[in-house]
Amino acid sequence: MATRDSGGGQQHTNRRADEADEVTTEESEASDLKERHEKLSEDVDSLLDEIDDVLEENAEEFVKGYVQKGGE
Amino acid sequence: MGIETEYGVSVPGQPNTNQMLASSLVVNSYANRTSSSGSRARWDFEEESPLRDARGFELPREPAVDPSAPANEDDLGLANVILTNGARLYVDHAHPEFSSPEVTNPRDVVLWDKAGERVMAEAARRALTVPGAKPVYLYKNNTDNKGVSYGCHENYLMARSTPFGEIVRNLIPFFVSRQVICGAGRVGLGVDSREAGFQISQRADFFEVEVGLETTLKRPIINTRDEPHADPEKYRRLHVIIGDANMSEVATYLKVGTTSLVLAMIEDGWFSVDLSVDGPVAALRAISHDPSLKHLVTLRDGREMTGVQLQMEYFEQARKYVENRFGSDVDPQTADILSRWESVLGRLEVDPMSCARELDWVAKLSILEGYRSRDSLNWDSPRLELVDLQYHDVRPEKGLYNRLVERGRFDLVVSEDEVTRAMTEPPEDTRAFFRGRCLARYPQQVAAASWDSVIFDIGRDSLQRVPTLEPLRGTKAHVGELLDRCATAADLVDALAGR
Repeated sequence: MATRDSGGGQQHTNRRADEADEVTTEESEASDLKERHEKLSEDVDSLLDEIDDVLEENAEEFVKGYVQKGGE
Repeated sequence: MGIETEYGVSVPGQPNTNQMLASSLVVNSYANRTSSSGSRARWDFEEESPLRDARGFELPREPAVDPSAPANEDDLGLANVILTNGARLYVDHAHPEFSSPEVTNPRDVVLWDKAGERVMAEAARRALTVPGAKPVYLYKNNTDNKGVSYGCHENYLMARSTPFGEIVRNLIPFFVSRQVICGAGRVGLGVDSREAGFQISQRADFFEVEVGLETTLKRPIINTRDEPHADPEKYRRLHVIIGDANMSEVATYLKVGTTSLVLAMIEDGWFSVDLSVDGPVAALRAISHDPSLKHLVTLRDGREMTGVQLQMEYFEQARKYVENRFGSDVDPQTADILSRWESVLGRLEVDPMSCARELDWVAKLSILEGYRSRDSLNWDSPRLELVDLQYHDVRPEKGLYNRLVERGRFDLVVSEDEVTRAMTEPPEDTRAFFRGRCLARYPQQVAAASWDSVIFDIGRDSLQRVPTLEPLRGTKAHVGELLDRCATAADLVDALAGR
């Protein structure tokens, strides 16, 4: 964010303080997000491991053999 | 309302299996063990006329049916039974089908639809106990990715007086776009998956026209079958064939909940805006083929919007409608549908992946993306196609949706205890109660039944047919006490006849 010195010392100080707050919030949000994503991907990894265990063997043959007749 | 689902059927390692027989084996295995008496009520076809058209004419049989399909499934003596929960379990063409009992609200649709999944899983387990039988796997999906689709049809009772043109005009844009919520996700583009990729809907590629009677050829966005299974002077049954079969309870709940709201608005003449879309069949496909949800469809009035935004237009109409008609007296379920609808649409707009606990296509896509990044797979990988297929496996230990639920990764609408009860108990507030309780209480004396009749054989000269043409009669409040009082079907028939 670009700030222009308006000359009012008090105002200037406040704005600087606000900016510092914003940066802290953004930083913590970013690290929250990163944490969430890491947790999510760990979670996905363990889920995929479990799915690996239950998936039918020989995927190619299995899906090739899944042939249906019309319905409805 | 109600929902009917055809399940995919497969006997792995046996590519030449006769699917009609495999489906029959499954249905019969369930039926035989369920009725201890050994006697089974057959389906009564008297009132059925599937070729009657809502636009007011009747089609000749030949062009309407798939030439390779039997003209009448009953001719082949295929399995066809009625369950004590009021549902119909039978073989439709080459698929086992569970048609839910009639219910009055979206939550009950979810309940008996889930009960149908459990019935199928149990049926396949029992079929395995037949000596020499190979395991039969059942999938609640809609395509084999080789050009064939089978359906999950919703049914809504509507007032006969509603002009059909109004239904068509207001419903087509809604059906084109509702897949962003209730699509089940699919690996493969084109009816036979000739192109690799992921799309939102299982069914979108199989629709070719806007309005029509067929369900197996030239599928229409709006189906005109006019077979109310009720008093035809008062009612029509809107037969909706465009939906995907959902595993997710929230998806089914929103699918029928939002559709019911839109139908109520049409019946009430509420719509003042026209949301008609240019080229709806192409728009349906284009929305399905873009899981980023960015594709813009063009409205007749020139506006462009995404599928999510089009749904948002319907949501806004519905919110105003409910506010105007019910205000603070709105029933909790309608309020819940509106709030979930708004929440899901809002999140789809910002980050679709945030709906992975609620929507099938999102949950499926997140697993698939996990595999793609971990194992560097392309969309044409058979492993991804297998994940897509097995997501819909009805077995608790094998079905990927069921594994996600087991791990607490899906929001649910109903409890497993309720689902277990719904496998045998009918809803209490429709005629399904009368049908189901008669089956449970007088299994030996019910000769046949259908949506609009129960036929008793009580050892007299002729069969006694009790019509049930009014869907909201025959409820627990209406006949519960009478059924408790009548120890035999003969008592019941006499009491109903005023003898």
